[in-house]
Amino acid sequence: MVRFQNVQKSYDGETLVVKDLNLDIATGEFVTMLGPSGSGKTTTLMMLAGFEPATHGEIYLNGNPINNVPPHKRGIGMVFQNYALFPHMSVAENLAFPLAVRGMTKSEQEDKVKRVLEMVELPEFGGRRPAQLSGGQQQRVAVARALVFEPDLVLMDEPLGALDKQLREQMQYEIKHIHESLGVTVVYVTHDQSEALTMSDRVAVFEDGIIQQLSSPEELYERPKNSFVAQFIGENNKLRGTVQEIGKDKLATVKLDSGDMVKALAVNVSSKGERTLLSVRPERVAIEPKKTPNTVTLTGRVEELIYLGDHIRTRMSVAGHPDFIVKVPNNAEHHELTQGQTTTLGWQAEDCRALDDLAA
Amino acid sequence: MTDVAAPGAPENITTSDGVPLKVSLARATRRQRMQALLLVLPLLLFLLVAFVLPIGEMLFRSIYSPIGPDVLPNFSKVIQEWDGEDLPPESTFEVFVKDMTAARESNEIGKTVGNLATRVNYEIPGSRGLFTKSARKVKNITEGPYKEALIGLDKRWEDQHIWRTLQRISSNYTMSFYLAATDRKYDENNDIVMADPLYQIYLPIMGKTLWLSALITFICLLVAYPVSYLLATLPLRTSNLLMIMVLLPFWTSLLVRTTAWIAMLQTEGIVNNILVFTRVISEESRIQMIYNQTGTIVAMVHILLPFMILPLYSVMKTIPPYYMRAARSLGATGTYSFVKVYFPQTIPGIAAGTLLVFILAIGYYITPALVGGSDGLLISNLIADHIKKTLNWSLGSALGAILLAIVLIFYWIYNKLVGVDNLKFG
Ligand SMILES: Nc1ncnc2c1ncn2[C@@H]1O[C@H](COP(=O)(O)OP(=O)(O)OP(=O)(O)O)[C@@H](O)[C@H]1O
Ligand SMILES: [Mg+2]
Repeated sequence: MVRFQNVQKSYDGETLVVKDLNLDIATGEFVTMLGPSGSGKTTTLMMLAGFEPATHGEIYLNGNPINNVPPHKRGIGMVFQNYALFPHMSVAENLAFPLAVRGMTKSEQEDKVKRVLEMVELPEFGGRRPAQLSGGQQQRVAVARALVFEPDLVLMDEPLGALDKQLREQMQYEIKHIHESLGVTVVYVTHDQSEALTMSDRVAVFEDGIIQQLSSPEELYERPKNSFVAQFIGENNKLRGTVQEIGKDKLATVKLDSGDMVKALAVNVSSKGERTLLSVRPERVAIEPKKTPNTVTLTGRVEELIYLGDHIRTRMSVAGHPDFIVKVPNNAEHHELTQGQTTTLGWQAEDCRALDDLAA
Repeated sequence: MTDVAAPGAPENITTSDGVPLKVSLARATRRQRMQALLLVLPLLLFLLVAFVLPIGEMLFRSIYSPIGPDVLPNFSKVIQEWDGEDLPPESTFEVFVKDMTAARESNEIGKTVGNLATRVNYEIPGSRGLFTKSARKVKNITEGPYKEALIGLDKRWEDQHIWRTLQRISSNYTMSFYLAATDRKYDENNDIVMADPLYQIYLPIMGKTLWLSALITFICLLVAYPVSYLLATLPLRTSNLLMIMVLLPFWTSLLVRTTAWIAMLQTEGIVNNILVFTRVISEESRIQMIYNQTGTIVAMVHILLPFMILPLYSVMKTIPPYYMRAARSLGATGTYSFVKVYFPQTIPGIAAGTLLVFILAIGYYITPALVGGSDGLLISNLIADHIKKTLNWSLGSALGAILLAIVLIFYWIYNKLVGVDNLKFG
């Protein structure tokens, strides 16, 4: 449905804000652009909406190039970060705006406005001004306005950024629900990773104008392609080392800087002697693991214990890294650890991913 | 410490020692309020001396005219009793003759027969001679019948109109300046009528002032709107430069700017020279652009422009660009978005700017005086004339009061239409 082909964007002619963007979005998909501040997410969205011209490359909508189509002819619904509800119009007038533009009769407009207000569960609020609504209500109206003219594609730029956590979670659910029931394609921007993971079919992780990884939330979390993604998504333990050997089974032998030898899944290391960053999720690490051929074991010293109810967050010193986190589940057979204690810990070799070392 | 109020009776909250909360609060904040008062005191005094008193004086002067009672004290009392039929009784004539004789002898400044003659002359043009001439001879009338003797001096003393006028000005207060300021007068029968068309000057000028002010305001709005838009939307560096260009004339003396327009627009001026040089017009048909309405309009638009730009700019500055983007993404063309989304949000600025420019234009004096010629004059120029040249301060004051009233009426209408709280001056 949407296709970015070798798109580049520069505002000042000196730096590229978006570098060689290639992205295909299927009809009905919910794709999220996730990335740190300034990584070019909004810029990408603005190019798609038509407010910023692409410096290079072509954007296609339903197979047609749209670089020269003005924004109002693109038929793309858009929810802005600050809602952009017209302050001088009532909620109903705001919602009727795209309908009036399209030359619908008054009764048709009223009909649709009524229906969309019901959809976002604000049937009584048509007569109010945006300023008389709470943040969450304004947000719903903004979503309703982007949907009322039934676009096939809706863009949302951090629509929940201004809401508190609880409301945000509720709205995430509602937006997801609307997406499923209407079948519209949604391109969503956020820098909240949990939001991206819970809502999306696919997530595009942006960094420095480049899509670092584009895949399903599960894939993204379980199999990050590089160390940026691994660190950006979820919690992660890092161990630095040098590749000694890469075996046929894609398992690399890595000599840690502390001298320990471990095996890890080679993801983007290719040659002997390369610096690598090993990444292992805290929940995959076990204390005093059962030995199997694929288990990697190290010894660690317990530095700090934080009781979190369902698990005990344990900070340990492992192979010279003092901030190695282990989540010890609070179940019947869990190990009683005390601060200062030395213990063995381990994980399955394929749960530990040998990635590029950013610092190198 | 406050007691917990009984539910349903919050107005009776008291502090712990039983003093009503409001009283206690007032006591506690009195010191602050006194300090605040002290801080604004200089301004209050200044306003009182420089604004309230002069305006009060002006309003008072426009109705206060004690010349009758001052010059003819006894006559002014007895003439009040006259019913206005025929001529006043013989006894009144006697008092008049004696008062006139006494007045002739006194030389108190501002209270001479000459002053009285001027005052009556406002009402009955051409009657001045009657008074000055009679005053000279009136001391010869020493005994009755005074009526015949006076009429013997001048036939005009037989005219009822004179006596009715004298009766009217025998009071300390008069409406006649307001009548004159609105081109009205008392006719022989003491009825209020319009002045002869030939003498109607104030209403037409007032009309012209309103019309020209409206036109100037409108032109200012047309010119200022796009400039303000640029100021509000251009990147900071460019817009700062533009802002300086807007403000630069503001920092130059008014007189310099006005005379600069003379240099530009006069028949031998730069604009005409360029037009002649480029053969748009011929040497003989140089255009008269100054010392007429055109001059007034051009110069005043230029001078008042910043007063339109600044409020507009300050409002536009607060309108974020994403509203227009939102409108466009909803399918509206640029023009439609502008009309329906951007423009309505600038209305507070438009309202403030037009009100400011209009009110300033209505009372503008120096520019029309310098470049207005005779048909580009505004009401303030006439007021200034009365204050400085004809010395009819009362009429000037009446005109000024009417001007003030017009401004207040416009302000009131504006308040009804836009609400003064919605105005954004900057
Ligand atoms: N109008 C503009 N002119 C010049 N530079 C711009 C403009 N808009 C954005 N940039 C620059 O482009 C880069 C990417 O900005 P963008 O707004 O796309 O980031 P983002 O990923 O949306 O960040 P955030 O999460 O903070 O919204 C930033 O370095 C920013 O400074
Ligand atoms: Mg952004």
